Amino acid sequence: MPENSILGSSPLRKEGRAKVLGEAKYVDDLSLPGMWFGATVRSTIARGKIRKITFSQDVNWSEYAIVTASDVPGENTIVHLTRDHPCLAAEQVNHPEEPILLLAHPDKKALLAATAGVHIDYEELPGVFTIEESEAAVENGDTERIIWPGSDAGGTANCFKQYLMYSADAKDTEQGLALAFENADYIVQGEYSTGAQEQLYIENNGVIAECNKDADGRVTDVCVRGSMQCPYYLVHALTLVFGLPEEKCRVIQTETGGAFGGKEDFPSVIGSHAALLAMKCGHPVKITYDRAEDMAATTKRHPSRTRHRTAVSKDGKLLGGTIEFAIDGGAYATLSPVVLSRGTIHAPGPYKWPYLRVRAKAMATNVPPHGAFRGFGAPQSLFALERHMDKVAKVVGLTPEELRRRNFLSTGDCTATGQPLNDPVDMQKLLTRALEEHGYHEKLKRFAEENKHSSIKRGVGFATFMHGAGFTGSGERRLNSLVHVEVNADGRPNLLVSSTEFGQGTNTILCQVAAQALSLPYENISIAQPDTRVVPNSGPTVASRTAMIVGKLVERACKKLLTTLQDYASLPPQHTPGEFRKAAGFYVAEHGSLRSSVRYEPVKPIFWDDELYRGDAYPAYAWAVYVAEVAVDLNTYMATVTRFDALQEVGKVMHPVLAKGQVEGGVAQGIGYALYEKCVWKNGRMLNNQMTNYIMPTSADLPPIHVHFEEVPSAHGPGGAKGIGELPMDGPAPAILNAIENATGVAFHSIPLLPEDLFERFASFTERAHGGSEELDGSIDRDTRTEVDA
Amino acid sequence: MSDIRITINGQARSLNVPSMKRLLDVIREDLQLTGTKEGCGEGECGACAVLMNGELVNSCLVPALQANGASVCTIEGVAIDGRLHPVQQCFLENGGAQCGICTPGMILATQHLLNKYPRPTYEQIQEGLAGNLCRCTGYMRIFESVCKAAEADYLPDRGKA
Ligand code: FES
Ligand code: FES
Repeated sequence: MPENSILGSSPLRKEGRAKVLGEAKYVDDLSLPGMWFGATVRSTIARGKIRKITFSQDVNWSEYAIVTASDVPGENTIVHLTRDHPCLAAEQVNHPEEPILLLAHPDKKALLAATAGVHIDYEELPGVFTIEESEAAVENGDTERIIWPGSDAGGTANCFKQYLMYSADAKDTEQGLALAFENADYIVQGEYSTGAQEQLYIENNGVIAECNKDADGRVTDVCVRGSMQCPYYLVHALTLVFGLPEEKCRVIQTETGGAFGGKEDFPSVIGSHAALLAMKCGHPVKITYDRAEDMAATTKRHPSRTRHRTAVSKDGKLLGGTIEFAIDGGAYATLSPVVLSRGTIHAPGPYKWPYLRVRAKAMATNVPPHGAFRGFGAPQSLFALERHMDKVAKVVGLTPEELRRRNFLSTGDCTATGQPLNDPVDMQKLLTRALEEHGYHEKLKRFAEENKHSSIKRGVGFATFMHGAGFTGSGERRLNSLVHVEVNADGRPNLLVSSTEFGQGTNTILCQVAAQALSLPYENISIAQPDTRVVPNSGPTVASRTAMIVGKLVERACKKLLTTLQDYASLPPQHTPGEFRKAAGFYVAEHGSLRSSVRYEPVKPIFWDDELYRGDAYPAYAWAVYVAEVAVDLNTYMATVTRFDALQEVGKVMHPVLAKGQVEGGVAQGIGYALYEKCVWKNGRMLNNQMTNYIMPTSADLPPIHVHFEEVPSAHGPGGAKGIGELPMDGPAPAILNAIENATGVAFHSIPLLPEDLFERFASFTERAHGGSEELDGSIDRDTRTEVDA
Repeated sequence: MSDIRITINGQARSLNVPSMKRLLDVIREDLQLTGTKEGCGEGECGACAVLMNGELVNSCLVPALQANGASVCTIEGVAIDGRLHPVQQCFLENGGAQCGICTPGMILATQHLLNKYPRPTYEQIQEGLAGNLCRCTGYMRIFESVCKAAEADYLPDRGKA
């Protein structure tokens, strides 16, 4: 490795200067000549047949471009994994706010009255709005409430996807489980649930589309630019909507003001809509949602329900377990199958399970489709697991710490999918250090004493967990990502990747990787704006894969480039930037251009069986212990996090400032997930779709967040890095609820946990608020086998 | 329509705009200064924050007429002769900007805070920025940026439009 260590230092964010100057151009800051504005007419009901569309006399409709499903030149679908999701509803709507008709006008102000002037008559159909209602319809054979029939890509009535995952051969595991439950000293059951969460990027979804037609009025090509994570996802969507080949669908990412998964799948919808309007009116069309529309109509984190049943021995060894994991997918499949997959694989956590069965399903409901959000299913199943582990500890009579220590996975063990952990894993050490950094043991004692005399109850709790980096199983092989590194005549390397910057630091870390690999100053490296006409498909910017997977590709491409220059342009093995420039200039003069391309290859062979759901689920895992200190005020029923410690092992930390920022931002979202952010639903519609009544943490709500790293270089990423982006979303919620139980003696099983929820529980047993847990008191006989329910 | 006079980043401008047009739109559309962002349009997020006569206001809540005669400073008026203002420099160096959409408002809120408290306490920073939402950073890098700016050679008279 070259002596200049750029990886591990914190150079200035590539686009940072433009951002602090206010010069960075987000999509709403852009305007194209002759541009019109678009708006969406949406369903006002949750489910029903569209009978008739009428247009008010008060609007001069000749000024407007109007698009309905019948205008779609290709297939009326927004393709994700299946084609069940229409671009515009044609005959039936399946959720509130479903797009039915699009309008464009040169004056943005003229759209409001026009959208209100479109009247849609429905024949209403009954809907289902929760996982339970959706299940009940299937169980009762209530065909009226079978709202999703199955699709081209599988699924069954009301169920987008199911997984059945065993820790070993199915038959052996079932036998082992039967025996484990028979011989267990304790059987601990619990049910846990999590609510929907809004990504709440501060920049709403927005795009500008252009469309060209030939003399016969047929669309020849489309171009969409806007706020997004995955330009090639939108290309794919456009190819179907317009029936055009990929090279005729150009997508450009503009500066993106936060995404968190919320701009992974959704831009395919708004991007297609704007392109259809551009086709219809013959002008570029901009659609930007306002906050209310963005919150009501776009994706959120999947609500979930998890049921645990665990067989455990007196000495706290997990003997076997079953986990039933269900998520609410909303009205169309979109990304639910893959969200479910990640949630399923993370459900067993960082523990050794001799026998484990996970049954998982994604149910259809008549709410707007839920989608990607940082963590992608893992925060849901890990919340359940880490609450459940505290419960198991309590039943067995061990501390939460000791119970976990007796069951941690370590180097050489196999995960529940049968993946051998060949890279070093030391959860014991992480736990020791995290608790020390936090002052956990001292606080445990002190708070117990102080709480006796105070109506403010303080407590500490933690969660231990892991997060897989990269696509699941064979996903990376299927993506087959490609990157180019080119050097221009001026001798400056330019990275061509479709990985997008939306705050996480993609531009910066990929340039660091290149600078390190090329032995050049960071300032000499540039990265191209993601424009699918220019950059190859290096996969989507999701799944904590950019630093590790794309970073590795950039590293390899740079090394290949050096070899080329050494072989054909006499670049010495150790070079100065000047020598590099000269050699590159020479090569370009000789050959016209200099470009190095590499495709994904697994660092180590990866075995994954999609049928059995077994094998190497992820190339690498990040490991973490998060510790929360809380104060619960029994007068106001406010629970506040008063200090937070986040310790993680994410391989080599490439950019300490960015890495800390990622963790802190994720922890803040996790605190919001646990204690602040509640989506209020009525018949599938979000009622609090405003920042005034959907509350995310402000600077005054958050405690000091202390971030700590253990650095164990990994073979999978450049310079030893692994993924980091999603991990910090997984730990805060369970750590906080564990701390609340420690503080108050009351176990809560659902998030978000708002003051009204605390009030409800405490009010029901105020007199006992100073005692132990209300559920477990008197119900545990430690010497006999006991079943404990949530 | 009303004729209004505004001193924007030190420059006097006369405009003819609807009286109730939001100052945010006047800034973005009429004055073509797109550094000021819209996050919510309802006074909650602070992405549209500007300094009006030295006070921090959410420009999405200010009707144009109310800004008549006012002196307004936007993010475009913060840099000094094309060089980053110390507050901007500190945000850049300390990870105070991630996606950057809250950054203009956040930097103006910081200007306002440091004008009021040149050496703010942690609580003063927390409170002073509580009207500006950031979904990316968890605020810690922003606090650090503000602390660094307070130690740096902060010029209390800059940014007071
Ligand atoms: S846009 Fe003005 S406060 Fe959010
Ligand atoms: S940096 Fe993205 S919202 Fe603050």
